[in-house]
Amino acid sequence: MDPLIADLLDGKHRALARTITKIENRSPGYRELVSQLHAHTGDADVIGITGSPGAGKSTLVDKLAATYREAGLTVGVIAIDPASPFTGGAVLGDRIRMASNVGDMDVFFRSMSARGTLGGLSTATTDAVKALDAFGKDKVIVETVGAGQNEVDIVRTADTVVVLVPPGSGDDVQMLKAGILEIADLFVVNKADLEGADRTVQELREMLQLRDGQVEVGGHHGFAETTVDVGDGADSESPGSEDADADAPSQDPWDPPIVETVADRGEGIDDLVAAMDDHRTHLVESGQLESKARTRYAEEIRTLLREDARELLAEEIEARGGLDERVDAVLRRETDPYTVAEELLEPLADCVTERREGRE
Amino acid sequence: MSAEQGQRQIRCLVAKVGLDGHDRGAHVIARALRDAGFEVIYSGLHRSPDEVVQAAVQEDVDVLGISILSGAHNTLVPKIMDGLEEYGAREDTLVLVGGIIPDDDKERLREEGVAEIFGPGASMDEMIDYIREHAPERR
Repeated sequence: MDPLIADLLDGKHRALARTITKIENRSPGYRELVSQLHAHTGDADVIGITGSPGAGKSTLVDKLAATYREAGLTVGVIAIDPASPFTGGAVLGDRIRMASNVGDMDVFFRSMSARGTLGGLSTATTDAVKALDAFGKDKVIVETVGAGQNEVDIVRTADTVVVLVPPGSGDDVQMLKAGILEIADLFVVNKADLEGADRTVQELREMLQLRDGQVEVGGHHGFAETTVDVGDGADSESPGSEDADADAPSQDPWDPPIVETVADRGEGIDDLVAAMDDHRTHLVESGQLESKARTRYAEEIRTLLREDARELLAEEIEARGGLDERVDAVLRRETDPYTVAEELLEPLADCVTERREGRE
Repeated sequence: MSAEQGQRQIRCLVAKVGLDGHDRGAHVIARALRDAGFEVIYSGLHRSPDEVVQAAVQEDVDVLGISILSGAHNTLVPKIMDGLEEYGAREDTLVLVGGIIPDDDKERLREEGVAEIFGPGASMDEMIDYIREHAPERR
């Protein structure tokens, strides 16, 4: 085992911090580190928190961490801030809000910048979550500004996704319609003491009912019927089929609750913690925790494969004299991008086919 | 290997310690470092030495810039250095101090392990070049 990982598992903060740095930098050898971590993961509850800038995410995370600490749990936080697309520089300011956990090393807070690599951020975040999980954190919170596909991808790696909605912001509710609605397991209307909070709660509720309505018409009834068929008879009222219902993962739909908080005064935090615990229980009992993990790992493997395949291709292109001449040919209309791609890929595809058939 | 590997990014913590409430300078510096392409973590005002150490260790920064204008550097800086030592972070963190430091104290701070002191009039480019040149090589 790598000495760094040994130190990390031993509870050394410095080793944890350094491991995350290596993950972020993709330093040579970081992959071995992450694969050594994997065996020690799986115990942390991973919570994703997202919402527009100024919604109060950092303050809420601070209060959540303090509440968990009071309950004797350890907490890891990864806060992601945007980076300049031009210089790569970033000011990571979420730490300022972590006032309730000052001097408490059992809250491990790490700022990360959204560095420019394609899809790299979600990989790095997933790996950093693993490091915190393996370190032994009970709760790992990932905090991001909820804008763009990248961010949504990150948040989806969490078991429980909390979406913050500031009150009185019609525009933000519009944004929710565009996709974040689907990823939220819980809504928080923060700054609930402000004017317009009631209306925001009302609007959210209506939107959720609308969504439920669609589910009723399409999926829900259909599912119910199939389960009856799979179950022990046509009589859907019998206790036996009730049990079958409870065991089937997709049978028990989760209605995202709406929690009102005033994070800077700590109001509503206990309700939020309770709602998140409910969601956790729901995940465990419905079997979704496992099915989510399966999906996640499959997706992770695919992402890694894409990265590796890209590197393999880059090497191949290099070995065959680079792209310049081919691009020139494309410019002169002697060939076209599709043909070039096919030419480059063909030998690789042949190798793969040969190997596969040889093995069979 | 591919060009994708080893994207080293210099991380800096800009820290305000103690009772001193003047943070305009720290803000200007944080921005300049950001524009130089560094990742900057700003501590916020009125931090205790322990908090600064906690942040420096958890964020695994290459550079710790301490801004002190209150004159309490002789007490606060050694506390921070000891804290870094405790977590094994003293060796490979480049510690810089900015602010008004009397000449007599500068030598003392250097003995404590401060790499460089930037007083009034120090140019931003000078500081950025210094960081680029001296940011510690990591294991």
